[in-house]
Amino acid sequence: MITDFVPLFIMILLALGLALTLLKLQQWLGPYQPGKIKGSPYESGQDPVGSARERYSIKFYLVAMIFIVFDVELVFLYPWAVSFGEFLQAGGGAALGALAVVGLFLFILVVGLIYDIKKGGLDWD
Amino acid sequence: MLETFLFFVFAVLSVVGALGMLISRSPVAAALWMVQVMLAIACLYLTLNAAFIGVVQVLVYAGAIMVLFLFVIMLLNLEDMPSVGGIDWRKVVAGVLGVAVLAQLLALVVVRFGAIPDAPSAEEAVAATDVPYLGVALLTEHAFTLQIVGVLLLAATIGAVVLAKKRFV
Amino acid sequence: MYDFLLADTARVLPILVVAAVGIAVILLDAFRNDSPSIPWLAGAGLVAAFVLEGFKLYDPQVAFFGQVYSGGAAAFANMVVLLGALGSVVLSVPYLKRIGHNYGEVHALILFATVGMMTLASAGSLITLFVGLETMSVCLYVLTGLVREEKGANESALKYFLLGAFSTGFFLYGIALLYGATGTMLFSEMVEGLAVTERTGIFVGGVALLLIGFLFKVSAVPFHMWTPDVYQGAPTTLTGFMSTASKAAAFAALVVVLARALPVDLVAGEVQITLSVVAAVTMVVGNVIALAQTNVKRMLAYSSIAHAGYILAGLAAGTGEGYGGALFYLLAYTVMNVGAFGVLAALEWDKEQGAIQDIESLAGSGYRQPILGVTMGVFLFALTGFPPLAGFIGKYLVFAAAVDAGLTWLAVVGVLASVVSAYYYLRILVVMWMKPETDAPEAARQPFALATSTTVVLSLCALLLLILGVMPGGVIEAAQSYFDAGAIVAGR
Repeated sequence: MITDFVPLFIMILLALGLALTLLKLQQWLGPYQPGKIKGSPYESGQDPVGSARERYSIKFYLVAMIFIVFDVELVFLYPWAVSFGEFLQAGGGAALGALAVVGLFLFILVVGLIYDIKKGGLDWD
Repeated sequence: MLETFLFFVFAVLSVVGALGMLISRSPVAAALWMVQVMLAIACLYLTLNAAFIGVVQVLVYAGAIMVLFLFVIMLLNLEDMPSVGGIDWRKVVAGVLGVAVLAQLLALVVVRFGAIPDAPSAEEAVAATDVPYLGVALLTEHAFTLQIVGVLLLAATIGAVVLAKKRFV
Repeated sequence: MYDFLLADTARVLPILVVAAVGIAVILLDAFRNDSPSIPWLAGAGLVAAFVLEGFKLYDPQVAFFGQVYSGGAAAFANMVVLLGALGSVVLSVPYLKRIGHNYGEVHALILFATVGMMTLASAGSLITLFVGLETMSVCLYVLTGLVREEKGANESALKYFLLGAFSTGFFLYGIALLYGATGTMLFSEMVEGLAVTERTGIFVGGVALLLIGFLFKVSAVPFHMWTPDVYQGAPTTLTGFMSTASKAAAFAALVVVLARALPVDLVAGEVQITLSVVAAVTMVVGNVIALAQTNVKRMLAYSSIAHAGYILAGLAAGTGEGYGGALFYLLAYTVMNVGAFGVLAALEWDKEQGAIQDIESLAGSGYRQPILGVTMGVFLFALTGFPPLAGFIGKYLVFAAAVDAGLTWLAVVGVLASVVSAYYYLRILVVMWMKPETDAPEAARQPFALATSTTVVLSLCALLLLILGVMPGGVIEAAQSYFDAGAIVAGR
């Protein structure tokens, strides 16, 4: 039921409210004396000049792609974890069967991981 | 009652997010609007008692896919689009005509095949989206399909490496 | 809870064999980079799966609570897919070596794509259908963009991916509506589910969206725009693979949906009208535009659009004969198109010459490599539909089914369109055999070697076309035994 999630919504609202209030509060209460040096961003003593929109390396993208693949894999593992109790209750080797099915699924994905490591998909070359 | 109220809250939020995404001229702002759409849709799933799908929506779309979106924006080094000067009336007319034709076609379908009936009640749908139930179905009925999904994800991993790694040029 | 597991695993064994071999290829490639034994391993796996499917040709079963069909029509379609994959793997090795892209990954991706196609062709539910379709498509997107240093390949891969993702959206919406209308994902329960809920409006909408997704995948007009660019940009032997095996799988799945998931009155009504109009337009547009092409690969791409139209004519008939004829046509089409693209791949003997595949560059090539000239002749005559080759039998079967179903006009359009097609198919032969070599550009006249494996595969393809054309009896009987005439074979 949606009502089960009311505490969640309340928490989200609280978190949002807290963050926004603090932001506003420091603007009202904090002293505000701007200066040229003070206003410049801190970059370890370097002069930060130029656009913030630097072109990214394609390597980031490869990492992101691999992350997504394993993220989606997680989605399939979650129902397994939650339903495993039911397989245990059913008895007659049902838990073993479920383990085998998920084990095969995981094996296929581990092969992908091995491939990635061996081919340097995760290296920064 | 509460559900109906929440539905309208999140429906409005998602539509506003979608409009904001279409209207905003900066790609990054558009991506952030899209995050709002994704989150609002996740909440809509919750109001439909599909908690699992809601969680997956946040986990995969609002999390992973949006990260990918931002990556692409940074990869392509997209500049803000120039703001629109005036309204192109031809496009407005085309849009109105398109909506009219769609409405006509839908009306025809409804006339020919009967009206669209009520959806099942939320209580009826709840059994099918219960996560343990989902897990049991996934691991028995869909055991074979699950392995094919594994193959699909493996192929996607290989494809990413083949298409992005320097060695393969 | 798992009493079904062993028996059902045995029923889907061929698919699992191909998947296991693909995983083995990936592991082998990870540890022995681009090992020369990879194509052998891949080929052996495909042959093993082919033999396993052969045993089940007359043994239709369902597995995993109806999620998967095994044996019968699924086995026939899977054998066609495996045949196409096998030919492509063997033809790809010398071709990819020449263009410097003979990676182990290519063969693994071909195997995974085959897994997807077999799943698609054996699908018993919308979920299996979608998973199979996506597995196939993802692999094909990557294979299309394999030659990354070439602009055209990148363009075609991106186009394929974007339009493919778009059509997947249609497909998914269709699935969602069908599930909403019937409350089931299983094909065998759909008609009953619809009778209970009576949500015909949503159901018809779902069928329409699903059909759009299918028509896109088989590149029927008006969803054909991506085909020429993608086929031209992809590596040639892999074009052969995606134009045949993926089409065979998608058509087989469409046949199953039409015959087992949709109510009879819908198949004989709105769906038949839609399919026959699409078939007619596809045949005409594909053949007429092919006339204007000067690039051979593009011409074959339009020809493959036209062939999708012929097969759709069989589906539009909506009878057991029509579906069986379409299955036979897919077999013939797979053999002749894999062969034709194999010949084109062999003519691209180095990176510059012949890679453009302009029709002029083929001048006199029949005399320089008689094997290529003769086999290409067989493939082109078969594509045109001359007896005694398999292409003729296929066309006869689908058009006869269309006439029997009262779609005489469609058969007439189809025959006229094939007459048009003779012009551009035979033009290639004229250039290859009757033009002097001096007509070809200077660069295209260098001598080049032909790999033994290519010769063997091309000869076998040509021979198979001849055999299927002369003695098609057993195969036709098998293909037409799967679907009762006009009746629904629900469930087991």
